[in-house]
Amino acid sequence: MKHSVVLEYKRCRGCTTCIKSCPTEAIRVRNGKAAILNARCIDCGVCIQVCPHKAIKSISDPLDMLKKFRYCVALPEPALYGQFHNMDDIDIILNGLLEIGFHDVYEVSKAAELVSDYQRQCITGGVDRVMPQISSACPTVLRLIRMRFPKLIPNIAPVITPVELAAILARREAVEKTGLKPEEIGVFSIVPCSSKVTAALTPDGLNHPVLDGAFAIRDIYLRLLSAMKKLRGQELRPLSSSGIMGVGWAYCGGESAARMGERYVAVDGISNVIRMLEEIEDGRLPEADFIELNACVQGCVGGCLTVENPYGARMRIKKLMKGLPVSRNRFTFKGKDRDVVKFDYELQYVPVFVLDQDRAAAMDKLAKIEALEQQLPGLHCGSCGAPSCRAFAEDVVLGRASEEDCIFKMRERMQYMAGSSDADEYLPAPFRRKREPPHGHRK
Amino acid sequence: MEPIKLTYHVEGGDLIGAGEASSKMKMALKKLDLPQETIRRAAICMYEGEINMVIHADGGRAEVEIAMDHITIRMIDSGPGIPDVDQAMEEGFSTAGEIARDLGFGAGMGLPNMKRYSDEMKIDTTLGVGTTVTMRFNL
Repeated sequence: MKHSVVLEYKRCRGCTTCIKSCPTEAIRVRNGKAAILNARCIDCGVCIQVCPHKAIKSISDPLDMLKKFRYCVALPEPALYGQFHNMDDIDIILNGLLEIGFHDVYEVSKAAELVSDYQRQCITGGVDRVMPQISSACPTVLRLIRMRFPKLIPNIAPVITPVELAAILARREAVEKTGLKPEEIGVFSIVPCSSKVTAALTPDGLNHPVLDGAFAIRDIYLRLLSAMKKLRGQELRPLSSSGIMGVGWAYCGGESAARMGERYVAVDGISNVIRMLEEIEDGRLPEADFIELNACVQGCVGGCLTVENPYGARMRIKKLMKGLPVSRNRFTFKGKDRDVVKFDYELQYVPVFVLDQDRAAAMDKLAKIEALEQQLPGLHCGSCGAPSCRAFAEDVVLGRASEEDCIFKMRERMQYMAGSSDADEYLPAPFRRKREPPHGHRK
Repeated sequence: MEPIKLTYHVEGGDLIGAGEASSKMKMALKKLDLPQETIRRAAICMYEGEINMVIHADGGRAEVEIAMDHITIRMIDSGPGIPDVDQAMEEGFSTAGEIARDLGFGAGMGLPNMKRYSDEMKIDTTLGVGTTVTMRFNL
């Protein structure tokens, strides 16, 4: 799998900030540089946000990609709408997109309304489903569940994301409108996070990508802003075609509100998401029927590739909603056509945390990890390049590190070799043992 | 293959923090790729056991033993002991205090759930000395 989250080698100074914040312990520091364990990365973007040297970034497509296609459609995520000051008309943003090189716009919020309507029809139609249903809207959450909570895979609503539905429908419309072949049309999402950049080309639940690429809000922001300024006073093409329900998907709770159920929980922030999944897994929340999980704080407005702070963006989106109707799109597909929103296949478990496929071998490794962890200082100092002593013990047993990469283990060995306890007496302040103050210190 | 022994400390008086041991055990069991349903049952039982220890016994410890064909969980506390085990096993019977009830605990389902979700359960209790609940899960 190709991830959008990558390390800019030159900028990385090998500090240990990112390794501690990674929710799947997917980063190690080796030879002075961070290294991402690709199989474990869920593209949440937390490392991008915490890196003090701006060395971790998400590679999205350059805008030049548009030149490869004869007709290009922009699919703006609603989180984009919250990025501008003094904005009272979504059409200014959408017309701005036409100015920077797109031929047409298909709002992701429009597809979101279709998804929500479909979900409501499933509820009233009494479609049999595993409860509680878990939202499939956040690709990072899907990857997390596939790796760490396989028991909950059947709970995931088998529905593609609004941006994917938008891509399918936008391409169909463009083919009809222009008479071009589907492959001559470029369909690009404008996204708030690394997770959606990755998902554009490696989607979950779809056999083939439906997008031609993704642009980060952050990367097109300035060009879009200046295009929007030039539009001032000019007549705008009416493009906005969604209501409060669709636009609300930009923040945590919006998807749940549009579903119109009452017994839902909407969770934001990756650590809260993990805690919630633990509880659901143990059946500790039996009354909930829908779980909306957003990896980012405040939902998509908190994505690592946005410009504005999530709270301000949310406030602005709420203001923009004031003039909008509740919902402007209904899911009217009939028969087989209804399958357009469904996954092509059921999501599969990705056992990246499993120590060994063979149970006896896995048990042997776990026993060794436990034994080694007991001997480690438990300071989680990060000097070994692993996020915790536990993760380090696992690295050693799995052959990713050697025991002497722990400076405390190394020190023990040096003391032993020197044959005296005085050898290498110096320790940095956090690791020193407390000494009694000298007599007469206090008066 | 020697069974693996894991020990978790359960802090007394911390109802909100209860579940930490079960969460850690769950991660360990997942790393062994044991059957998901068994992991779930073991985690549910451990969580119920943790809650019980916090409410009634000011904490204790959980010992987990993983063998090739089964998991054993022992919840060991030095609390007041259970005066009438049969009564304690009745659904809905609880001696939990007001604070625990206000937090939504004390529904009297702890021990019944532990019995329901484990393959075997045994309670050893002595008044004034403590209680050990042993649960077995077949693999």
